[in-house]
Amino acid sequence: MNSIHDMGGMHGMGPIEVREDERPFHAEWEARAWGLMRAVNPFGPNRRRNFRYEHEILPPVQYLQMQYYERFIKVLVDRLLEAKVLTQAELDSGRADPASPRVTPRVTPANIAEQIARRRSLRRDDVRIRSKFKVGQRVRARNINPVGHTRLPRYMRGHLGTIVSDHGVFGFQDTDAQGYTLPDRPQHVYTVSFTARELWGDAANPRDTMHAELWEEYLENT
Amino acid sequence: MALRVKALESILVEKGMVDPATIDAVIETYESKIGPRNGARVVARAWVDPAYRKRLLTDGTAAIAELGYGGSQGEHMVVVENTPTVHNLVVCTLCSCYPWPVLGLPPTWYKSAPYRSRVVIDPRGVLREFGVTLGDDVQVRVWDSTAEIRYLVLPERPTGTDGLNEEQLAALVTRDSMVGVAQVSASRRVTA
Repeated sequence: MNSIHDMGGMHGMGPIEVREDERPFHAEWEARAWGLMRAVNPFGPNRRRNFRYEHEILPPVQYLQMQYYERFIKVLVDRLLEAKVLTQAELDSGRADPASPRVTPRVTPANIAEQIARRRSLRRDDVRIRSKFKVGQRVRARNINPVGHTRLPRYMRGHLGTIVSDHGVFGFQDTDAQGYTLPDRPQHVYTVSFTARELWGDAANPRDTMHAELWEEYLENT
Repeated sequence: MALRVKALESILVEKGMVDPATIDAVIETYESKIGPRNGARVVARAWVDPAYRKRLLTDGTAAIAELGYGGSQGEHMVVVENTPTVHNLVVCTLCSCYPWPVLGLPPTWYKSAPYRSRVVIDPRGVLREFGVTLGDDVQVRVWDSTAEIRYLVLPERPTGTDGLNEEQLAALVTRDSMVGVAQVSASRRVTA
C-alpha cells in the first residue's frame, strides 16, 4: 500500500539523530516490550494478517509519532483484543479478569534460545522454477500500486535496472487488500541495481547506485 | 509507555500467557549475546585471514556460521566490501530489516523516518551527517533490504593497524561501520 511506511526518497523528515551507543535498549520499557513480543504464547487464528501490514495500515500521523516499540505493542494489543484473549476492561484496570481462562506459558527460558537461533527461511528449495531473468539483464520494475502489503518500494516502480544476482526461489510475501498472504506463489528473487540518475534524475551523482531484492513478478522485460 | 507495557505484562503473566523469566532471558540474549561485537569478530577475521574474507564475500551465511553466528534475521547473509572506490550503505526503507545475529537489534536512527527516507535519495548527504565525506571518485552503493537478504558491510581496515591482532582489530570495529555510515578509525576503540 502507498502509505507513509514506504518513505524512500521523501523529504522533510528532519535530521538524523546519530549520537547513540551500541546498547540495544535505551529504556526499561523498550526491553520489556521486546521481550514480551518474543515470549508471549501463540494465540488467535492460524490465518492472520501480515504483521508488517498491520503497521502499515496505521494512520500516517500515528505511524510517525509512535516510537518503534510502541508500534509493536500497539499491534500486539490489537491482535490480543481481536482474538478475545484480552479485553479493554482488563487493559483499563491493569488486572486480568478473574473469570478469564488461565493457561501455561509455552515459551520458556529453556526453549527461547532455540527459537532465537532457529532459521526461518522463506527460501523454497523444494520448488524448481526456471528463472525468467538472467544476471546482467536489463529489466523494468513494474508500475504496480497494490493496496495490500508489498515489497516493491514506490521509488523504484517504473524504473530501469539491471539484474545483479539471483537468490533462488522464495515464497511471495505480498498480501491481498485485507493483509492476508496470497495463495502460494513461490518465485525467484533477484538483486536489482538502479542508477541514482535513473531513480532521481540528472542532479544525482553519476556513479551511485541503489539496490533492492525484488520478486520476479515485480519485474518485466524492457 | 512504561506503565502501559508494565500493565500489559502483568495481565498476560496472570493469565499464564507469558513467563516473566522468558522475557528476562530474551533481554539478556539481546543485551549480551547477540550484538555488534559478533559482527566485529567477523570483520576482524576477514581482515587477518584472506581465505576467510574470500569465503565471506562468496557465501556470507556460511562464513558467518563458521564463527557460530546465525539464526533469526540472518538466514541469508550477503557481505558487501568497502574499498577505496566503493562505499556500501544498508537501509530498510519499508521497515527495519537488519542482520540480528551479527549486529543485534537495529539502533533507533536506522528505524527512523529521517534515515529511511533520505539515505536512498541523498546517501552522500546522510554520510556527511554521520561525519563521513567521500570523494567524487568513490561509488556509493545503497542496499535496500526489501526481501529476505540481510547485509553486513565489510569496512576497510584502517592504516596503521599492522601490529594489531584479531581481537584488537575487532575492538576498533563499530556497529555503524558495519551498516556503512562510518569508517573504522585506528584510534577509536569501542567500549561494549
